[in-house]
Amino acid sequence: MFESCSDPSALHGLSWMLCYLTTGKHLLFYGSFGIVLILLAITAPVALIFGFGGALAARSALWPFKLIGRGYIAMVRGVPDIIFFLFVPIAMDQGLEFLKSRAVCEDTSAPVWSNNEFHVCAAAKIPLGSSPQLYHEIYGFALAVIAFSVVYGAFAANVLYGAMQAVPRAQLETAEAYGMTRAQVNRRVLIPQMWAYAIPGLSNLWMILIKATPLLFLLGIEDIVYWARELGATKSQIYAFPHPDWRLYYFLVLLVFYLLMTKLSEIVLAKINRRIAFGQATAAGEALRKAGA
Amino acid sequence: MSCIQTIADYGLRSIGIGERMLPRSDFTMCQQFTLIGSGMLWNLYFGILALLAGFFLATLLAVAKNSEQALFRKPAEWFIFVFRGSPLFIQFFLAYEAFAMLPRAGIPIFGITVATDWITRAWAGALVVLFFNTSAYAAEIFYGALRSVPKGDLEAADAYGMAGWTKFRRVTWPTMLRLGWPSYTNEAIFLFHATTLVFFSGFPAFRQEGDALYYAKYFADKTFNPFIPYPIAAFYFILLTLCVIAVFGLINRRLNRHIPQESRRRIRFRPQIIR
Repeated sequence: MFESCSDPSALHGLSWMLCYLTTGKHLLFYGSFGIVLILLAITAPVALIFGFGGALAARSALWPFKLIGRGYIAMVRGVPDIIFFLFVPIAMDQGLEFLKSRAVCEDTSAPVWSNNEFHVCAAAKIPLGSSPQLYHEIYGFALAVIAFSVVYGAFAANVLYGAMQAVPRAQLETAEAYGMTRAQVNRRVLIPQMWAYAIPGLSNLWMILIKATPLLFLLGIEDIVYWARELGATKSQIYAFPHPDWRLYYFLVLLVFYLLMTKLSEIVLAKINRRIAFGQATAAGEALRKAGA
Repeated sequence: MSCIQTIADYGLRSIGIGERMLPRSDFTMCQQFTLIGSGMLWNLYFGILALLAGFFLATLLAVAKNSEQALFRKPAEWFIFVFRGSPLFIQFFLAYEAFAMLPRAGIPIFGITVATDWITRAWAGALVVLFFNTSAYAAEIFYGALRSVPKGDLEAADAYGMAGWTKFRRVTWPTMLRLGWPSYTNEAIFLFHATTLVFFSGFPAFRQEGDALYYAKYFADKTFNPFIPYPIAAFYFILLTLCVIAVFGLINRRLNRHIPQESRRRIRFRPQIIR
């Protein structure tokens, strides 16, 4: 990156370190922190939408919806989330390629799953084998985002379902007495009031989501864990910057990064909680009222 | 090969007893059920030992965090913050690298050389991490419960002339457990789920002796069919979860036996406290 870094073997001390920390691979490592943030930025709203759908379905009067909603919520209770992280991307990938193969392949007589192989014709590959590497990476990341959203959507559905149940029944009855339909009651009374009950659970979910991001590594994404292992591993003399096994220090950096994220989130969420509780008929709202009076 | 034979060969494969080679082709349902079930032994081992040991450390940490003396409070607060504030996955990696840096030959202490190679193995190293991790989470639960012990109970204990250890042993601690137990049940469930991370995070599976998810992934990678092994692993974990709920429910009943029937706290799945 810098002019002075062209001959690393001549460097010592601080200048060596400066050059070492600005190699191309290190810049990729810093960039991978961005991947974590992008994942959070996409997953959080998508999971919230999934959760909303799940919670509304679980409250639905139609039994098929109710069954699907309840089943979705119960899903994460008994099964470790890591199983879903391993299962959802590969299942999605195979499912999509299977559907595409039915549509585009000329010869669909051969079974797709046979002899311990998953086989579709070249035209049905997603993305196509000839497409650039970037497409493969984006596709892999998209599958990871879907896996995260499905799992955390189920958690969110659980929180939102509980929050909807917590809205006082009298409020909904009043709305019904005014002649509102079920949809109107949901839109005008239930959903605006539920947030006060949902926010503590959703804040906790956000913390859990942050702590789940290193699992991206298991999905084969080049994330911070990947780079920490890669860069920290022992580099012999054939490398430009030889060093012993430094993985411990790289993982310490990751630990500090996550602790900072947690602390920052705690501060922001505490502020949001305060705002939402203000004027609500809950214990937290009452405490705020007393403090103000 | 009959299914009984498969169970005899692979039933204890995860702890090194039975057939040496894992199945390589012609995977049957029986093999998958047996081997993944065999892997559950590791999940049980990690979960049960970490929970048992973690329970005591968690109580200590909760009391320390509730202490008025900064000497006790600060270290407990930091311990809980570090282990709750960072991902378990990173903790596993970090611990493995730290343990691996210990001198291979052992550490001489008072003339005796203490071996260090065992701590880099999953059965010990990962157990230590899970132990600290669950202690931190449970400590936060117990701390919250400790803060909500009814004032009247403590005053009643004072009125009976109880103080110090007696008061803690007979009033504060049982009430703390009773209040914290529903949340603690959830922590136990999620600890068992977290044990699946061990063999994906630095700690190598010695001679392919891994946990349920390790074998599930083995089958999924070999057959390119995720739709059989992962649901099998999920099935085992649902069973395990139901067992945990049953056992903790019994303890909950005992803790609440003096409370009127209607006002007992039922164990519910409460996502506010999951990790």
